[in-house]
Amino acid sequence: MLLKSKPDIGESEVTDKRLWLDRRRFLAVGAAFIGSGAPALAGPLANVGKSGWRVDDPSTPLNDVTHYNNFYEFGTDKSDPAQMAPSFFGKAPKPWTVTVSGECAKPAAVAYEDLIRPHRLEERIYRMRCVEAWSMVIPWVGVPLGEVLKRFEPNSKAKYVEFTTLVDPERFPGQRGGTLDWPYIEGLRLDEAMHPLTLLAVGLYGEELLPQNGAPIRLVVPWKYGFKSIKSIVGIRFTQTPARTTWMKAAPREYGFFANVNPKVDHPRWSQAKERRIGEFLKRETLAFNGYADQVAALYSGMDLAVNF
Amino acid sequence: MNRLLRHRWAKPLVFVLCLAPLVWLIWRGAAGMLGANPIEALVRGLGDWALRFLLIALAVTPLRQATGWSALSAYRRMLGLFAFAYVVIHLLSWVGIDQFFDWPTITGEIAKRLYITLGMAAVVLLMPLAATSTDAMIRRLGGRRWRVLHRLVYLIGPLAVIHHWMMVKKDLTQPMIHAGMLAALLGWRVVAALRIRHNRAVPSPEPPCASSCSPPSPS
Repeated sequence: MLLKSKPDIGESEVTDKRLWLDRRRFLAVGAAFIGSGAPALAGPLANVGKSGWRVDDPSTPLNDVTHYNNFYEFGTDKSDPAQMAPSFFGKAPKPWTVTVSGECAKPAAVAYEDLIRPHRLEERIYRMRCVEAWSMVIPWVGVPLGEVLKRFEPNSKAKYVEFTTLVDPERFPGQRGGTLDWPYIEGLRLDEAMHPLTLLAVGLYGEELLPQNGAPIRLVVPWKYGFKSIKSIVGIRFTQTPARTTWMKAAPREYGFFANVNPKVDHPRWSQAKERRIGEFLKRETLAFNGYADQVAALYSGMDLAVNF
Repeated sequence: MNRLLRHRWAKPLVFVLCLAPLVWLIWRGAAGMLGANPIEALVRGLGDWALRFLLIALAVTPLRQATGWSALSAYRRMLGLFAFAYVVIHLLSWVGIDQFFDWPTITGEIAKRLYITLGMAAVVLLMPLAATSTDAMIRRLGGRRWRVLHRLVYLIGPLAVIHHWMMVKKDLTQPMIHAGMLAALLGWRVVAALRIRHNRAVPSPEPPCASSCSPPSPS
Protein backbone atom coordinates (compact mmCIF):
# COMPACT_ATOMS: atom_id res chain seq x y z
CA MET A 1 0.00 0.00 0.00
CA LEU A 2 1.21 3.49 -0.77
CA LEU A 3 0.54 6.05 1.92
CA LYS A 4 2.20 9.34 1.17
CA SER A 5 1.85 12.70 2.80
CA LYS A 6 0.58 15.34 0.44
CA PRO A 7 3.33 17.52 -1.03
CA ASP A 8 3.07 21.32 -0.83
CA ILE A 9 2.84 21.71 -4.57
CA GLY A 10 0.53 19.98 -6.97
CA GLU A 11 1.74 17.08 -9.07
CA SER A 12 1.06 19.05 -12.24
CA GLU A 13 3.45 21.84 -11.23
CA VAL A 14 6.40 19.50 -10.93
CA THR A 15 8.44 18.73 -14.00
CA ASP A 16 8.15 15.06 -14.76
CA LYS A 17 11.21 13.29 -13.34
CA ARG A 18 11.97 11.47 -16.56
CA LEU A 19 11.79 14.66 -18.57
CA TRP A 20 13.96 16.43 -16.08
CA LEU A 21 16.48 13.61 -16.06
CA ASP A 22 16.57 13.62 -19.84
CA ARG A 23 17.20 17.34 -19.80
CA ARG A 24 20.00 16.93 -17.28
CA ARG A 25 21.41 14.10 -19.34
CA PHE A 26 21.40 16.30 -22.42
CA LEU A 27 23.20 19.07 -20.56
CA ALA A 28 25.61 16.68 -18.91
CA VAL A 29 26.51 14.87 -22.10
CA GLY A 30 26.88 18.21 -23.85
CA ALA A 31 29.22 19.48 -21.13
CA ALA A 32 31.28 16.32 -21.44
CA PHE A 33 31.65 16.91 -25.17
CA ILE A 34 32.71 20.50 -24.74
CA GLY A 35 35.09 19.48 -22.00
CA SER A 36 37.03 22.71 -21.73
CA GLY A 37 36.59 24.67 -18.53
CA ALA A 38 35.11 21.67 -16.75
CA PRO A 39 37.14 20.42 -13.80
CA ALA A 40 39.52 17.63 -14.66
CA LEU A 41 38.06 14.15 -14.73
CA ALA A 42 39.65 11.39 -12.75
CA GLY A 43 43.37 10.93 -13.35
CA PRO A 44 45.98 8.28 -12.60
CA LEU A 45 47.00 7.61 -9.01
CA ALA A 46 50.70 7.71 -8.14
CA ASN A 47 52.65 5.43 -5.81
CA VAL A 48 50.21 2.56 -5.62
CA GLY A 49 51.74 -0.50 -3.97
CA LYS A 50 50.70 -4.04 -4.74
CA SER A 51 49.12 -6.15 -2.02
CA GLY A 52 48.63 -9.81 -1.37
CA TRP A 53 44.86 -9.38 -1.66
CA ARG A 54 44.07 -10.52 -5.17
CA VAL A 55 41.68 -13.13 -6.53
CA ASP A 56 42.85 -15.30 -9.39
CA ASP A 57 39.77 -14.79 -11.58
CA PRO A 58 40.25 -12.28 -14.40
CA SER A 59 39.18 -8.75 -13.56
CA THR A 60 35.90 -7.47 -14.99
CA PRO A 61 36.56 -5.15 -17.97
CA LEU A 62 36.87 -1.49 -16.98
CA ASN A 63 34.03 -0.51 -19.31
CA ASP A 64 31.62 -2.83 -17.47
CA VAL A 65 32.84 -1.69 -14.04
CA THR A 66 32.17 1.93 -15.03
CA HIS A 67 28.90 1.44 -16.97
CA TYR A 68 26.87 -1.05 -14.94
CA ASN A 69 26.27 0.56 -11.58
CA ASN A 70 23.65 0.68 -8.88
CA PHE A 71 23.93 4.25 -7.62
CA TYR A 72 20.40 5.61 -7.18
CA GLU A 73 21.77 9.10 -6.49
CA PHE A 74 22.20 9.26 -10.27
CA GLY A 75 19.08 7.28 -11.23
CA THR A 76 17.64 3.80 -10.86
CA ASP A 77 18.79 2.33 -14.18
CA LYS A 78 22.21 0.73 -14.10
CA SER A 79 23.21 2.84 -17.09
CA ASP A 80 22.12 6.09 -15.38
CA PRO A 81 25.25 6.62 -13.22
CA ALA A 82 27.65 6.57 -16.19
CA GLN A 83 25.35 8.81 -18.24
CA MET A 84 24.74 11.28 -15.44
CA ALA A 85 28.33 11.29 -14.14
CA PRO A 86 29.24 14.60 -15.83
CA SER A 87 26.67 16.33 -13.60
CA PHE A 88 28.87 15.36 -10.66
CA PHE A 89 31.77 17.23 -12.15
CA GLY A 90 29.55 20.23 -12.82
CA LYS A 91 31.13 21.42 -9.59
CA ALA A 92 34.75 20.75 -8.80
CA PRO A 93 34.95 17.27 -7.22
CA LYS A 94 37.40 18.70 -4.71
CA PRO A 95 37.75 20.22 -2.18
CA TRP A 96 35.99 17.28 -0.57
CA THR A 97 35.64 17.12 3.16
CA VAL A 98 34.86 14.11 5.31
CA THR A 99 33.47 14.85 8.76
CA VAL A 100 34.44 12.30 11.41
CA SER A 101 32.37 12.56 14.58
CA GLY A 102 30.75 10.67 17.43
CA GLU A 103 32.37 8.47 20.05
CA CYS A 104 36.03 9.34 19.49
CA ALA A 105 38.76 11.47 21.05
CA LYS A 106 39.62 13.46 17.95
CA PRO A 107 36.54 14.32 15.90
CA ALA A 108 37.40 16.48 12.89
CA ALA A 109 36.40 17.65 9.46
CA VAL A 110 39.21 16.49 7.22
CA ALA A 111 39.98 17.34 3.62
CA TYR A 112 40.10 14.34 1.30
CA GLU A 113 43.86 14.76 0.77
CA ASP A 114 44.58 14.91 4.51
CA LEU A 115 42.44 11.86 5.12
CA ILE A 116 44.29 9.72 2.58
CA ARG A 117 47.83 11.15 2.31
CA PRO A 118 49.25 9.71 5.56
CA HIS A 119 48.59 6.21 4.25
CA ARG A 120 50.15 4.06 1.57
CA LEU A 121 47.80 3.41 -1.35
CA GLU A 122 47.55 -0.23 -2.31
CA GLU A 123 45.84 -2.20 -5.02
CA ARG A 124 43.48 -4.97 -3.95
CA ILE A 125 41.65 -7.22 -6.39
CA TYR A 126 38.39 -8.19 -4.71
CA ARG A 127 35.27 -10.00 -5.75
CA MET A 128 32.20 -7.77 -5.65
CA ARG A 129 28.86 -9.52 -5.17
CA CYS A 130 25.69 -7.51 -5.68
CA VAL A 131 22.57 -8.48 -3.72
CA GLU A 132 20.87 -8.81 -7.15
CA ALA A 133 22.89 -11.99 -7.82
CA TRP A 134 25.51 -10.63 -10.21
CA SER A 135 29.19 -10.13 -9.48
CA MET A 136 32.42 -8.56 -10.69
CA VAL A 137 36.14 -8.72 -9.93
CA ILE A 138 37.52 -5.23 -9.36
CA PRO A 139 41.09 -3.99 -8.84
CA TRP A 140 40.48 -1.30 -6.23
CA VAL A 141 43.01 1.25 -5.02
CA GLY A 142 42.67 2.40 -1.44
CA VAL A 143 43.78 2.33 2.16
CA PRO A 144 42.64 0.03 4.96
CA LEU A 145 39.72 1.73 6.71
CA GLY A 146 40.91 0.56 10.14
CA GLU A 147 44.18 2.48 9.86
CA VAL A 148 42.31 5.66 8.97
CA LEU A 149 39.76 5.25 11.77
CA LYS A 150 42.47 4.72 14.42
CA ARG A 151 43.72 8.28 13.86
CA PHE A 152 40.46 9.61 15.32
CA GLU A 153 40.84 7.45 18.43
CA PRO A 154 37.43 5.84 18.87
CA ASN A 155 36.58 5.53 22.59
CA SER A 156 35.23 2.54 24.49
CA LYS A 157 31.62 3.50 23.73
CA ALA A 158 32.21 3.24 19.98
CA LYS A 159 30.61 -0.05 18.92
CA TYR A 160 29.50 0.82 15.41
CA VAL A 161 30.48 3.10 12.56
CA GLU A 162 27.94 4.97 10.45
CA PHE A 163 28.72 6.31 6.96
CA THR A 164 26.85 9.02 5.05
CA THR A 165 26.83 9.86 1.34
CA LEU A 166 26.85 13.44 0.08
CA VAL A 167 23.45 15.06 -0.47
CA ASP A 168 23.58 17.45 -3.42
CA PRO A 169 20.77 17.25 -5.98
CA GLU A 170 22.84 19.37 -8.37
CA ARG A 171 25.47 16.67 -8.53
CA PHE A 172 23.15 13.78 -7.82
CA PRO A 173 20.02 14.34 -9.93
CA GLY A 174 18.48 11.14 -8.56
CA GLN A 175 18.23 12.86 -5.18
CA ARG A 176 15.55 15.19 -6.56
CA GLY A 177 13.16 12.29 -6.34
CA GLY A 178 12.26 10.26 -3.30
CA THR A 179 13.37 6.86 -4.57
CA LEU A 180 15.32 6.35 -1.37
CA ASP A 181 15.42 8.26 1.90
CA TRP A 182 18.43 10.57 1.36
CA PRO A 183 21.13 10.75 2.51
CA TYR A 184 22.23 7.19 1.86
CA ILE A 185 23.33 5.71 5.19
CA GLU A 186 25.35 2.57 5.80
CA GLY A 187 26.91 1.05 8.87
CA LEU A 188 29.36 -1.53 10.13
CA ARG A 189 30.11 -3.02 13.50
CA LEU A 190 33.41 -1.56 14.76
CA ASP A 191 35.24 -4.89 14.42
CA GLU A 192 34.03 -5.17 10.82
CA ALA A 193 35.21 -1.64 10.12
CA MET A 194 38.62 -2.36 11.69
CA HIS A 195 39.04 -5.65 9.79
CA PRO A 196 42.11 -5.58 7.49
CA LEU A 197 39.96 -6.54 4.47
CA THR A 198 37.78 -3.43 4.77
CA LEU A 199 39.00 -0.81 2.35
CA LEU A 200 38.48 2.92 1.94
CA ALA A 201 38.81 3.07 -1.83
CA VAL A 202 39.81 6.11 -3.87
CA GLY A 203 40.40 4.45 -7.23
CA LEU A 204 40.13 1.41 -9.46
CA TYR A 205 42.25 0.11 -12.31
CA GLY A 206 45.01 2.49 -11.12
CA GLU A 207 42.90 5.60 -11.71
CA GLU A 208 40.93 7.87 -9.40
CA LEU A 209 37.31 6.80 -8.92
CA LEU A 210 34.81 8.07 -11.46
CA PRO A 211 31.58 9.57 -10.10
CA GLN A 212 29.55 6.49 -11.03
CA ASN A 213 31.83 4.37 -8.85
CA GLY A 214 31.59 6.66 -5.82
CA ALA A 215 34.16 9.43 -6.32
CA PRO A 216 36.18 10.55 -4.62
CA ILE A 217 36.05 8.15 -1.68
CA ARG A 218 33.98 5.05 -0.93
CA LEU A 219 33.84 1.96 1.18
CA VAL A 220 34.61 -1.57 -0.06
CA VAL A 221 33.57 -4.47 2.17
CA PRO A 222 34.19 -7.50 -0.06
CA TRP A 223 32.40 -10.13 2.04
CA LYS A 224 29.14 -8.17 2.13
CA TYR A 225 26.61 -7.43 -0.61
CA GLY A 226 27.53 -4.43 -2.70
CA PHE A 227 24.99 -2.02 -1.20
CA LYS A 228 27.00 -2.01 2.05
CA SER A 229 29.95 -0.46 0.20
CA ILE A 230 28.66 3.11 0.42
CA LYS A 231 29.85 5.63 -2.16
CA SER A 232 30.89 9.32 -2.14
CA ILE A 233 31.30 9.45 1.64
CA VAL A 234 31.11 12.78 3.49
CA GLY A 235 30.41 11.53 7.01
CA ILE A 236 31.86 8.91 9.34
CA ARG A 237 30.40 8.66 12.84
CA PHE A 238 31.32 6.34 15.72
CA THR A 239 28.14 5.26 17.51
CA GLN A 240 26.93 3.04 20.35
CA THR A 241 24.07 1.55 18.35
CA PRO A 242 23.82 0.26 14.79
CA ALA A 243 22.69 2.72 12.13
CA ARG A 244 19.29 2.26 10.55
CA THR A 245 20.61 1.93 7.04
CA THR A 246 18.92 3.22 3.90
CA TRP A 247 17.98 -0.19 2.48
CA MET A 248 16.77 -1.42 5.87
CA LYS A 249 14.41 1.56 5.91
CA ALA A 250 13.33 0.93 2.31
CA ALA A 251 12.63 -2.81 2.67
CA PRO A 252 13.35 -4.23 6.14
CA ARG A 253 12.33 -7.75 5.16
CA GLU A 254 14.77 -7.83 2.27
CA TYR A 255 17.89 -6.03 3.48
CA GLY A 256 19.49 -6.51 6.87
CA PHE A 257 22.24 -4.70 8.76
CA PHE A 258 24.86 -7.40 8.23
CA ALA A 259 24.17 -8.29 4.56
CA ASN A 260 26.97 -10.84 4.51
CA VAL A 261 27.14 -12.73 1.23
CA ASN A 262 25.45 -16.03 2.04
CA PRO A 263 24.41 -18.61 -0.58
CA LYS A 264 22.25 -20.36 2.02
CA VAL A 265 20.05 -17.40 2.91
CA ASP A 266 17.82 -16.37 0.01
CA HIS A 267 16.62 -12.89 -0.68
CA PRO A 268 12.83 -13.13 -0.23
CA ARG A 269 12.35 -12.73 -3.98
CA TRP A 270 15.29 -14.65 -5.41
CA SER A 271 17.89 -17.26 -4.60
CA GLN A 272 21.38 -16.21 -3.53
CA ALA A 273 22.86 -19.66 -4.22
CA LYS A 274 24.28 -18.61 -7.58
CA GLU A 275 25.44 -15.46 -9.26
CA ARG A 276 26.15 -14.25 -12.76
CA ARG A 277 29.71 -12.99 -13.07
CA ILE A 278 29.50 -10.07 -15.50
CA GLY A 279 30.88 -11.26 -18.84
CA GLU A 280 30.13 -14.95 -18.22
CA PHE A 281 27.25 -17.03 -19.57
CA LEU A 282 26.76 -19.75 -16.97
CA LYS A 283 26.02 -18.82 -13.39
CA ARG A 284 28.59 -19.51 -10.69
CA GLU A 285 28.05 -20.93 -7.24
CA THR A 286 28.08 -18.09 -4.72
CA LEU A 287 30.70 -18.57 -2.00
CA ALA A 288 30.07 -18.11 1.71
CA PHE A 289 31.19 -14.59 2.70
CA ASN A 290 31.92 -14.13 -1.02
CA GLY A 291 34.98 -16.36 -0.69
CA TYR A 292 36.42 -14.53 2.33
CA ALA A 293 35.13 -16.96 4.98
CA ASP A 294 38.66 -17.82 6.18
CA GLN A 295 39.27 -14.19 7.01
CA VAL A 296 35.90 -13.07 8.41
CA ALA A 297 33.72 -16.03 9.45
CA ALA A 298 35.11 -15.79 13.00
CA LEU A 299 33.54 -12.33 13.35
CA TYR A 300 30.13 -13.98 13.36
CA SER A 301 30.76 -17.15 15.37
CA GLY A 302 27.72 -18.12 17.38
CA MET A 303 25.37 -15.88 15.38
CA ASP A 304 22.38 -17.22 13.48
CA LEU A 305 23.10 -15.81 10.04
CA ALA A 306 19.57 -16.54 8.80
CA VAL A 307 18.22 -14.20 11.49
CA ASN A 308 21.06 -11.67 11.25
CA PHE A 309 20.91 -11.47 7.48
CA MET B 1 -9.62 5.18 -40.58
CA ASN B 2 -11.65 2.06 -41.31
CA ARG B 3 -10.56 2.26 -44.95
CA LEU B 4 -6.94 2.62 -43.91
CA LEU B 5 -7.23 -0.35 -41.55
CA ARG B 6 -8.75 -2.47 -44.33
CA HIS B 7 -6.01 -1.57 -46.79
CA ARG B 8 -4.34 -4.59 -48.34
CA TRP B 9 -0.97 -3.74 -46.78
CA ALA B 10 -2.19 -2.56 -43.38
CA LYS B 11 -2.22 -5.93 -41.66
CA PRO B 12 1.15 -7.14 -43.00
CA LEU B 13 2.62 -3.81 -41.92
CA VAL B 14 1.28 -4.21 -38.36
CA PHE B 15 2.62 -7.77 -38.35
CA VAL B 16 6.14 -6.54 -39.18
CA LEU B 17 5.85 -3.75 -36.60
CA CYS B 18 4.95 -6.33 -33.96
CA LEU B 19 8.09 -8.29 -34.81
CA ALA B 20 10.30 -5.20 -34.61
CA PRO B 21 10.90 -5.24 -30.81
CA LEU B 22 12.05 -8.86 -30.98
CA VAL B 23 14.37 -8.22 -33.91
CA TRP B 24 15.69 -5.06 -32.23
CA LEU B 25 16.46 -6.93 -28.98
CA ILE B 26 18.19 -9.82 -30.74
CA TRP B 27 20.15 -7.45 -32.95
CA ARG B 28 21.34 -5.37 -30.01
CA GLY B 29 22.23 -8.55 -28.14
CA ALA B 30 24.28 -9.87 -31.05
CA ALA B 31 26.02 -6.51 -31.47
CA GLY B 32 26.94 -6.35 -27.77
CA MET B 33 24.67 -3.36 -27.21
CA LEU B 34 22.66 -4.77 -24.31
CA GLY B 35 25.15 -3.59 -21.68
CA ALA B 36 27.26 -5.46 -19.16
CA ASN B 37 24.51 -7.96 -18.30
CA PRO B 38 22.92 -8.77 -21.69
CA ILE B 39 21.07 -11.85 -20.45
CA GLU B 40 19.16 -9.89 -17.84
CA ALA B 41 18.49 -7.12 -20.36
CA LEU B 42 17.13 -9.62 -22.88
CA VAL B 43 14.86 -11.49 -20.44
CA ARG B 44 13.49 -8.24 -19.00
CA GLY B 45 13.13 -6.62 -22.42
CA LEU B 46 11.06 -9.57 -23.66
CA GLY B 47 8.95 -9.46 -20.50
CA ASP B 48 8.31 -5.74 -20.96
CA TRP B 49 7.12 -6.34 -24.51
CA ALA B 50 4.95 -9.30 -23.52
CA LEU B 51 3.16 -7.02 -21.06
CA ARG B 52 2.88 -4.21 -23.60
CA PHE B 53 1.33 -6.50 -26.21
CA LEU B 54 -1.11 -7.83 -23.65
CA LEU B 55 -2.21 -4.25 -22.98
CA ILE B 56 -2.34 -3.47 -26.70
CA ALA B 57 -4.53 -6.52 -27.36
CA LEU B 58 -6.80 -5.54 -24.47
CA ALA B 59 -7.09 -2.03 -25.92
CA VAL B 60 -8.59 -3.15 -29.23
CA THR B 61 -12.20 -3.54 -28.11
CA PRO B 62 -12.42 -0.31 -26.06
CA LEU B 63 -10.77 1.59 -28.89
CA ARG B 64 -13.13 0.10 -31.44
CA GLN B 65 -16.17 0.94 -29.32
CA ALA B 66 -14.96 4.44 -28.54
CA THR B 67 -14.05 5.39 -32.10
CA GLY B 68 -16.29 3.26 -34.25
CA TRP B 69 -13.26 1.90 -36.12
CA SER B 70 -14.91 -1.46 -36.59
CA ALA B 71 -12.06 -2.69 -38.83
CA LEU B 72 -9.91 -2.89 -35.68
CA SER B 73 -11.55 -6.17 -34.70
CA ALA B 74 -9.71 -7.87 -37.54
CA TYR B 75 -6.45 -7.12 -35.70
CA ARG B 76 -7.43 -8.43 -32.29
CA ARG B 77 -6.51 -12.06 -32.81
CA MET B 78 -3.12 -11.23 -34.29
CA LEU B 79 -2.24 -8.83 -31.46
CA GLY B 80 -3.36 -11.36 -28.86
CA LEU B 81 -1.22 -14.03 -30.45
CA PHE B 82 1.76 -11.67 -30.48
CA ALA B 83 1.24 -11.13 -26.76
CA PHE B 84 1.27 -14.90 -26.32
CA ALA B 85 4.38 -15.26 -28.50
CA TYR B 86 6.30 -12.63 -26.50
CA VAL B 87 5.21 -14.28 -23.24
CA VAL B 88 6.46 -17.67 -24.47
CA ILE B 89 9.80 -16.27 -25.73
CA HIS B 90 10.20 -14.38 -22.43
CA LEU B 91 9.67 -17.64 -20.52
CA LEU B 92 11.98 -19.60 -22.83
CA SER B 93 14.73 -16.99 -22.50
CA TRP B 94 14.53 -17.30 -18.71
CA VAL B 95 14.55 -21.11 -18.81
CA GLY B 96 17.10 -21.58 -21.57
CA ILE B 97 19.45 -18.62 -21.29
CA ASP B 98 19.18 -17.15 -17.80
CA GLN B 99 18.82 -20.46 -15.93
CA PHE B 100 20.35 -22.59 -18.70
CA PHE B 101 17.90 -25.51 -18.22
CA ASP B 102 18.79 -25.92 -14.55
CA TRP B 103 15.50 -27.72 -13.89
CA PRO B 104 15.77 -28.18 -10.11
CA THR B 105 16.38 -24.44 -9.71
CA ILE B 106 13.70 -23.54 -12.26
CA THR B 107 10.96 -25.63 -10.65
CA GLY B 108 12.10 -24.54 -7.19
CA GLU B 109 11.93 -20.85 -8.14
CA ILE B 110 8.47 -21.25 -9.73
CA ALA B 111 7.20 -22.80 -6.50
CA LYS B 112 9.05 -20.50 -4.09
CA ARG B 113 8.87 -17.00 -5.60
CA LEU B 114 5.35 -15.66 -5.70
CA TYR B 115 6.05 -13.32 -8.62
CA ILE B 116 7.35 -16.22 -10.71
CA THR B 117 4.40 -18.39 -9.65
CA LEU B 118 2.00 -15.69 -10.80
CA GLY B 119 3.91 -15.23 -14.06
CA MET B 120 3.75 -18.97 -14.72
CA ALA B 121 0.04 -18.98 -13.95
CA ALA B 122 -0.43 -16.27 -16.57
CA VAL B 123 1.45 -18.36 -19.16
CA VAL B 124 -0.60 -21.47 -18.39
CA LEU B 125 -3.88 -19.54 -18.58
CA LEU B 126 -2.86 -18.01 -21.90
CA MET B 127 -2.32 -21.42 -23.49
CA PRO B 128 -5.98 -22.41 -23.96
CA LEU B 129 -6.66 -18.95 -25.34
CA ALA B 130 -3.93 -19.31 -27.97
CA ALA B 131 -5.05 -22.87 -28.73
CA THR B 132 -8.64 -21.75 -29.35
CA SER B 133 -7.74 -18.79 -31.52
CA THR B 134 -8.40 -20.49 -34.87
CA ASP B 135 -11.71 -20.14 -36.72
CA ALA B 136 -12.20 -23.90 -36.50
CA MET B 137 -11.86 -23.87 -32.72
CA ILE B 138 -14.21 -20.93 -32.37
CA ARG B 139 -16.80 -22.85 -34.40
CA ARG B 140 -16.27 -26.02 -32.40
CA LEU B 141 -16.63 -24.24 -29.08
CA GLY B 142 -19.45 -22.01 -30.17
CA GLY B 143 -19.39 -18.25 -29.67
CA ARG B 144 -20.86 -18.27 -26.21
CA ARG B 145 -18.44 -20.77 -24.68
CA TRP B 146 -15.51 -19.24 -26.56
CA ARG B 147 -16.41 -15.85 -25.13
CA VAL B 148 -16.58 -17.20 -21.58
CA LEU B 149 -13.23 -18.97 -21.97
CA HIS B 150 -11.54 -15.88 -23.33
CA ARG B 151 -12.66 -13.83 -20.34
CA LEU B 152 -9.61 -15.47 -18.72
CA VAL B 153 -7.65 -12.58 -20.17
CA TYR B 154 -9.20 -10.35 -17.49
CA LEU B 155 -7.30 -12.48 -14.97
CA ILE B 156 -4.13 -12.82 -17.06
CA GLY B 157 -3.69 -9.05 -17.42
CA PRO B 158 -3.59 -8.39 -13.65
CA LEU B 159 -1.33 -11.45 -13.14
CA ALA B 160 1.17 -10.04 -15.62
CA VAL B 161 1.14 -6.57 -14.08
CA ILE B 162 1.56 -7.97 -10.55
CA HIS B 163 4.37 -10.27 -11.76
CA HIS B 164 6.28 -7.22 -12.98
CA TRP B 165 5.36 -5.06 -9.97
CA MET B 166 6.67 -7.62 -7.48
CA MET B 167 10.04 -8.08 -9.11
CA VAL B 168 10.89 -4.38 -9.28
CA LYS B 169 13.39 -3.39 -6.62
CA LYS B 170 12.43 0.18 -5.83
CA ASP B 171 11.29 2.44 -8.65
CA LEU B 172 7.64 1.51 -9.22
CA THR B 173 6.97 4.10 -11.95
CA GLN B 174 6.69 1.58 -14.79
CA PRO B 175 4.50 -1.00 -13.06
CA MET B 176 2.25 1.80 -11.85
CA ILE B 177 1.82 3.04 -15.41
CA HIS B 178 0.96 -0.48 -16.55
CA ALA B 179 -1.48 -0.95 -13.68
CA GLY B 180 -3.17 2.35 -14.54
CA MET B 181 -3.55 1.38 -18.19
CA LEU B 182 -4.89 -2.04 -17.29
CA ALA B 183 -7.37 -0.55 -14.82
CA ALA B 184 -8.61 1.82 -17.52
CA LEU B 185 -8.97 -0.98 -20.08
CA LEU B 186 -10.81 -3.30 -17.69
CA GLY B 187 -12.80 -0.44 -16.19
CA TRP B 188 -14.09 0.46 -19.63
CA ARG B 189 -15.54 -3.03 -19.95
CA VAL B 190 -17.18 -2.87 -16.53
CA VAL B 191 -18.83 0.42 -17.43
CA ALA B 192 -19.91 -0.94 -20.80
CA ALA B 193 -21.40 -4.05 -19.18
CA LEU B 194 -23.27 -1.99 -16.59
CA ARG B 195 -24.66 0.23 -19.30
CA ILE B 196 -25.96 -2.76 -21.24
CA ARG B 197 -27.60 -4.15 -18.11
CA HIS B 198 -29.17 -0.78 -17.43
CA ASN B 199 -30.51 -0.56 -20.99
CA ARG B 200 -31.95 -4.05 -20.72
CA ALA B 201 -33.79 -3.09 -17.54
CA VAL B 202 -35.63 -0.61 -19.70
CA PRO B 203 -37.13 -2.94 -22.34
CA SER B 204 -35.98 -2.01 -25.80
CA PRO B 205 -36.01 -3.84 -29.11
CA GLU B 206 -33.00 -6.20 -29.21
CA PRO B 207 -30.87 -5.78 -32.29
CA PRO B 208 -30.41 -9.00 -34.24
CA CYS B 209 -27.18 -10.76 -33.37
CA ALA B 210 -24.73 -10.33 -36.22
CA SER B 211 -21.38 -11.29 -34.82
CA SER B 212 -20.63 -14.81 -35.86
CA CYS B 213 -18.32 -14.07 -38.79
CA SER B 214 -15.41 -12.63 -36.75
CA PRO B 215 -14.22 -13.96 -33.36
CA PRO B 216 -16.89 -13.01 -30.86
CA SER B 217 -15.86 -10.46 -28.30
CA PRO B 218 -15.24 -11.69 -24.76
CA SER B 219 -16.47 -8.39 -23.40
